[in-house]
Amino acid sequence: MAAHKISLIIRREYLTRVRKKSFIIMTFLGPLLMAALMIVPVFLATMSDIGTRKIAVLDDTNWFVGRFENGDNLRFSYVVDDLDTLKKKVFEGQYDALLYIPATQLNIPSNAELFSNKQVSLNMSSYIRNTMRTEVENKKLLASGIDPELIKSAKTDINLVTIRMDKDGGEKKAFTEVDVALGLFSSILIYFFIFIFGAQVMRGVIEEKTSRIIEVIVSSVKPFELMMGKIIGIALVGLTQFLLWVVLTIGIYGIFTLAFGTSPDAQMMGTSGTLMTQQLSTNQQVDSAAVMQVFEVIDSIDFGVVIFAFLFYFLGGYLLYAALFAAIGSAVDNEADTQQFMLPVSLPLILGIVISNFVVNNPDGSVAFWLSMFPLTSPVIMMVRIPFGVPYWEIALSMTLLIGGFIFTTWLAAKIYHTGILMYGKKVNYKELWKWIRY
Amino acid sequence: MENFLEVNQVTKRYANHLALDAVSISIPRQSIYGLLGPNGAGKTSLIRIINQITGPDSGSININGQPLKPHHIGLIGYLPEERGLYKKMKVGEQAIYLAQLKGVDKATAKKRLQEWFEKFEIENWWNRKVEELSKGMQQKIQFAVTIVHQPELLIFDEPFSGFDPINVNLLKAEILALRKAGATVVFSTHNMASVEELCDDIALINKGKKIVEGKMHDIRMHYKSNIFEVILQDLDSVKMSQLSDNFNVQKTEQLGENIQKLNIQADAEAEHNALLRQMLAIGKVISFREVLPSMNDIFIQLVQSQNTKPNGSA
Repeated sequence: MAAHKISLIIRREYLTRVRKKSFIIMTFLGPLLMAALMIVPVFLATMSDIGTRKIAVLDDTNWFVGRFENGDNLRFSYVVDDLDTLKKKVFEGQYDALLYIPATQLNIPSNAELFSNKQVSLNMSSYIRNTMRTEVENKKLLASGIDPELIKSAKTDINLVTIRMDKDGGEKKAFTEVDVALGLFSSILIYFFIFIFGAQVMRGVIEEKTSRIIEVIVSSVKPFELMMGKIIGIALVGLTQFLLWVVLTIGIYGIFTLAFGTSPDAQMMGTSGTLMTQQLSTNQQVDSAAVMQVFEVIDSIDFGVVIFAFLFYFLGGYLLYAALFAAIGSAVDNEADTQQFMLPVSLPLILGIVISNFVVNNPDGSVAFWLSMFPLTSPVIMMVRIPFGVPYWEIALSMTLLIGGFIFTTWLAAKIYHTGILMYGKKVNYKELWKWIRY
Repeated sequence: MENFLEVNQVTKRYANHLALDAVSISIPRQSIYGLLGPNGAGKTSLIRIINQITGPDSGSININGQPLKPHHIGLIGYLPEERGLYKKMKVGEQAIYLAQLKGVDKATAKKRLQEWFEKFEIENWWNRKVEELSKGMQQKIQFAVTIVHQPELLIFDEPFSGFDPINVNLLKAEILALRKAGATVVFSTHNMASVEELCDDIALINKGKKIVEGKMHDIRMHYKSNIFEVILQDLDSVKMSQLSDNFNVQKTEQLGENIQKLNIQADAEAEHNALLRQMLAIGKVISFREVLPSMNDIFIQLVQSQNTKPNGSA
């Protein structure tokens, strides 16, 4: 009977929210925004490289004549003319840009001016800057009797491969950046999930109070059943939205790949690749080695553990906080009054997200350890640590504590909720809440 | 089984006050029972305990001869004073949901609700959102939802607030029909006129204590002050003046030419017939009746007399 009633409540909470326009809009907008974040930069990069730019070079120092190489996108012509006449030509569209390198007193050029009608691309300006720097450096080296080629050959790039050893002698290539990205991304996702859907629980409770339906319902079901039904129903809404986002993002990504014949990743790597060829070609090998390493590390991450932990902390953190949010909702008459209670409840989470940036630097430190055990911060902090590899006993302990914390906050919240939902027109303070808990 | 619901020595204490102090009431089967009392007397606390929304600190409740248990929720239909509906939900869907929470299966709930909606002439609101409806319309839906699971005990807390006079009459007729069909009805209200009209039994609660309980007629008889209302025609003014020697004429009122209404207070032992005989001598008696105090007067008198006592005991 009771289980049947809870399932009725869950069904209502779920269906009324999933059918809302705002849910449907967010479901489609979310992946579009995410996809836009990936696609737009690539798209813009592709757009800006279309067409060739003609650049007039007015070199008063005569150092750089013939030094700028014509590439696919950039064509340099060396001119000798009056600066103002040339500016006018740029203005009329004869050239896309004018590079003016004025003579200096010491005759070592250190500055230059680039005139153009439109904003110059980053590609163009960085190519010009690099070429000039290399040229000046080489000249300086030659002047002091050093062969620039010697310097070039002496330059060495170290590819540091970090390898993590585990107890049973296995070795894993570690690449901190990947761990950091994965950890921070999942912890931020959990953070937002808790806040967005926790707030929905709170608003749902306030809605039942202000519409005065609450007493009708609690004469049919226990307040605890209503609270849990709401929390579980909204959790399912969150999971549905998350799942749809994943599916839709993959879908949009797939469509993009088909439409452009290449994936956004490859595009991005391609663009940065060409950029680098134009610069220091030696770096490219290192870079591709690094890319290879990233893939190796991604392979080495234990995704079973990461996904399981993510889902666990995703739900565990939500359940823990949702109960508290429900308690807040029950204690007030409208949303404006929630402020005083929201701060202390959200503080541990915000603190967790702030500290997570330090935790990535020292994922095994004692701060990281204790915060990943404390149930109010563990969903955020433990997710940052997990990609770096956390002993199983620590994960197990943290999860047990989180379950314990969830039971405790739910018990506490149920006490407040039970009294709060039937209390109208009373400004509630902490002293009052404490009384309710002791009833 | 005489009583459908028995509340025995129920006490409920909140942090700073005693809401119910050893209250016992018995609600006869198939009666309409008025639970009266000023604001804050403890009526809602008692109703919430009967509905198992909160539990008593001590005391017990029997329903239909059994100790009150969670599964009895389905026996009770409760229309709280603070009532409302989900504003964004459709009327029909919401009514079915609330009926399902009371343990009615979906198909039955739909069938019964549609019957009620037809009876109340609100069937074309089925697919409208609650927020589009007027307060009176919402109250009708609420009433239908309260009785859809065919409860044996109905508890109405201020049921007529928010209704216009036409709908109040509709509601009264429904309540009487439900009683006739076997339901026991508990009424909590300040509206003494409707209490006098509907209730068989009443209990008056003040400051968490029961002051009086019983058949309404018995209570009114108990608190009567032997006042008689007589309407006379062509009265003899000499004999009339003699009347004042034996009786206390409280009020005279000229109703028309040669017609007067008198309010006469007699001694407690005074014989109705003796008084009537005296009246016959004075003039032509058009009507003669004993005035029973209104529930309103009894209510005010009892509450005030209790409030003036220092420790509030009756």
